[in-house]
Amino acid sequence: MTRFLMPLVIFVIVVIFLAIGLTLNPRQVPSPLVDKPAPVFQLQQLHDNDKVFSSNDNLGKVWMLNVWASWCVACRDEHPLLVELSRLGIVPIFGLNYKDQRDTALQWLKQFGDPYVISIADADGRVGIDYGVYGVPETYVIDKEGIIRYKHIGPVTVKSLEDTILPLINELRG
Amino acid sequence: MVNLSNLQIISTRNRSAIAIMVLLIFSLSCLANEAPLVAEDPVLEKRMLNLAENLRCLVCQNESLAGSRSDFANDLRREIREQMQANKSDDEITAFLVARYGDFVLYDPPMKSTTWLLWFGPFIFFLGGVVTLIVYLKRRRSQLQNSPLTDHQRRQIESLMEVSDKNKDQSA
Repeated sequence: MTRFLMPLVIFVIVVIFLAIGLTLNPRQVPSPLVDKPAPVFQLQQLHDNDKVFSSNDNLGKVWMLNVWASWCVACRDEHPLLVELSRLGIVPIFGLNYKDQRDTALQWLKQFGDPYVISIADADGRVGIDYGVYGVPETYVIDKEGIIRYKHIGPVTVKSLEDTILPLINELRG
Repeated sequence: MVNLSNLQIISTRNRSAIAIMVLLIFSLSCLANEAPLVAEDPVLEKRMLNLAENLRCLVCQNESLAGSRSDFANDLRREIREQMQANKSDDEITAFLVARYGDFVLYDPPMKSTTWLLWFGPFIFFLGGVVTLIVYLKRRRSQLQNSPLTDHQRRQIESLMEVSDKNKDQSA
């Protein structure tokens, strides 16, 4: 009996491992930046070239940094959700306009709505490198001390908002 | 019926034609990409490519930073080039990238507590195999040694021998 049972047990174990491995998303690479201070940057604002935004301006509040671009198709998926979130006024969302052109970016915001308190223009993607951006859209939750508490890769979904992001923001607000 | 099947053939032909057209369009967009910068300094370029060869591109995960044509890899190659021009060592640049993208950018994972299973797992499996083999062989040997013939088996053998003797007599 064990003669037939052992191969079966081994087979089931292999299947379980393969099932776990195949359902993992290889694009979700855990960021080493979580629980580390958010890289400080100073960049021109998208809407007003003359104004500079510094990430230090946001010290003392819990905020979200959403990396987006007009060329990014997946950004359109999550955008209505961000617009809705900003309308509810739960958390200030700042936009990092990543490797984009100003005109098309502004046009895009006009067309799909602008959920951002301020959009910052990262035309050559250097701030993106500091934040370890590799797949737009990406969303960071940054706490009052300026520490990255969460990084979401890919479009934000209702589920990720309800299950993770909003409870985290509530907790960080204290 | 014949007409119908003809129609189907045409539609599949059309479909493959469309697929080919789509592929061609994508290949054109590849050509339309900016030509990569030709480095002014071939020595630096070689050093950069040497380092980038051992770093994984996070966008095209089966390509190295040196080999990938993605925008992301282009940017990081530029970053590495600039840091090399600023006299940073290879280790410093690698540390810079690991701090941002994690150990995942390294093709050669470092030895640390979270990667022990990765490094030693194969040896554990090997040891397990050797132990199983030794235990199995020992058990088999002791079974072979401790199993003298029963009376019944002895009688069976004797009767078989008799039969074969008789057969021999007959054929002789």
